[in-house]
Amino acid sequence: MLRLERVSAGYGRVTILHNISIEVNQGEVVTIVGANGAGKTTTLRTIAGLVRPTEGSITFDGKDIGRLPAHEVVDLGITLIPEGRQLFPHMTVRENLLMGAYTPRARGEVDQTLDFAFSLFPRVKEKLDQHAGSLSGGEQQMVAIARGLMAKPKLLLFDEPSLGLAPIIVKQVFETIDKIVATGVTVLIVEQNVFHTLSIADRGYVLENGEITMTDTGAALLKNDHVRRAYLGI
Amino acid sequence: MTVFWQLVLNGLMLGGLFAIISVGLTLIFGIIRLVNFAHGELLMVGMYATFLLTTQLGVHPYALAPPVVLLLFVVGVLIQRFILQPLLEARDHHVQIFATVGLSTALINLALLLFGADIHSTPAYGARTSLTLGPFRILTGHVVMFVAGILVVAGLHVFLQRTYLGRAIRATAQHRHAAQLMGIDINRIYIITFGIGAACVGLAATLVAPMYPVSPTVGTYFVLTAFVVVVLGGMGSLHGAFIGALIIGLVDSLSGYYIAPDLKEVVIFAIFILILLVRPTGLFGLGRGSE
Ligand SMILES: Nc1ncnc2c1ncn2[C@@H]1O[C@H](COP(=O)(O)OP(=O)(O)OP(=O)(O)O)[C@@H](O)[C@H]1O
Ligand SMILES: [Mg+2]
Repeated sequence: MLRLERVSAGYGRVTILHNISIEVNQGEVVTIVGANGAGKTTTLRTIAGLVRPTEGSITFDGKDIGRLPAHEVVDLGITLIPEGRQLFPHMTVRENLLMGAYTPRARGEVDQTLDFAFSLFPRVKEKLDQHAGSLSGGEQQMVAIARGLMAKPKLLLFDEPSLGLAPIIVKQVFETIDKIVATGVTVLIVEQNVFHTLSIADRGYVLENGEITMTDTGAALLKNDHVRRAYLGI
Repeated sequence: MTVFWQLVLNGLMLGGLFAIISVGLTLIFGIIRLVNFAHGELLMVGMYATFLLTTQLGVHPYALAPPVVLLLFVVGVLIQRFILQPLLEARDHHVQIFATVGLSTALINLALLLFGADIHSTPAYGARTSLTLGPFRILTGHVVMFVAGILVVAGLHVFLQRTYLGRAIRATAQHRHAAQLMGIDINRIYIITFGIGAACVGLAATLVAPMYPVSPTVGTYFVLTAFVVVVLGGMGSLHGAFIGALIIGLVDSLSGYYIAPDLKEVVIFAIFILILLVRPTGLFGLGRGSE
């Protein structure tokens, strides 16, 4: 479904990603594991079209998307739920959700998608008329995920959905991610909570200093000594 | 006392005009984050267009609002697309600001070349006749400005709040990266926004033309005032620009009478400096951007 082949990318003259190759197949949950600053966010931003690859190719459903601007990538069915939530703070929750369904493809089915989002996040429904900026961190993350779903994505990219949340909220976020995965959406996820993501992931990649150093099934990576020492602290 | 209320009335009417010019400026600032120093010259372009069409075709200036608004929209779109957007890649925002300064100078000189430095008066077609309202007298053209000002601000408000495109414009202002992730083509949003800002000035031009003569530098006076309005209301705030315009209209009218006509600009700029010192975010400013 998604294939990165020998992709290099960075900011300005600084190259952050070196020759990385990643593949995500239809229906899979794939995770990227890496230390702070390894380039996980940059990888997702490159797929989403916010960062231009300097080398290599990115294909989605067989189509070359490496040169497409971000707004066209969304229309093809790739949605990034970004690190730090990035809601529109002075818009209501309802407006944030409507913005999620901005693409022509999603706009026609707003009502059904809203119902689906509410079934996952009943709390969000109660906050519809509040400004997104006034919500708690956990609520904001729920809205960010719901907003991402509004785009009717085929491939959902999660960047650190549990970052900065209280443990009990983290648990809720993971429960909803599990529910989303159960609906059959393909997922590429980056999480600091490596243990949980590796246990739900079909496959994982280890990213170190902008290079893929290891890839295996989620279960195998969980047992891998290097992964356990470096990322699970065991 | 009648004089005072007469002046208040005049001030509010004038405020309607300032509102139309200022909302365009504040929109461009709030969304593109660009201080458009060519705003006044766009007004000048609109006024010359109105002047020419009225004198050549013998059409009422108000009837020219649709074509002049459209013309300025297109001019705005072209400026953003072919002058400012290519400079966006220059990363440094100052380059764009200098570009608008350069554009302003270029347009003034172009007008000098085409029309000379003389002032030209557009036929008023009754816009300068006054209506009597009890003890007060009020120019027809001023009433039109006031009503148009309210309609423009209300119309823009509804557009920004209720339509997908309007919401996309607000979203882009609040978080441009996130807006892209929603599927919004932000370059297109900037182009449309600049077009709308210029279109507002086009409308203002058809309303001002019958009231004030046009000259290559006519834009400077109105737009310097509009800058004060925008700062007073809070840069980027629509209703701030509206309230600010009414306040500055009142100040203009009252200080022109009670202090001295020649000093009213001094008073307005004293207010400008005062706001910057006391409350740089203005009345309704949100403070720094949300990014
Ligand atoms: N906008 C930017 N401009 C320049 N350099 C950047 C930018 N964003 C990130 N970087 C640099 O790129 C490198 C990789 O950052 P990235 O955000 O991709 O890492 P990450 O793996 O997501 O880290 P974290 O776990 O902290 O989120 C870092 O060295 C960072 O300083
Ligand atoms: Mg990151």
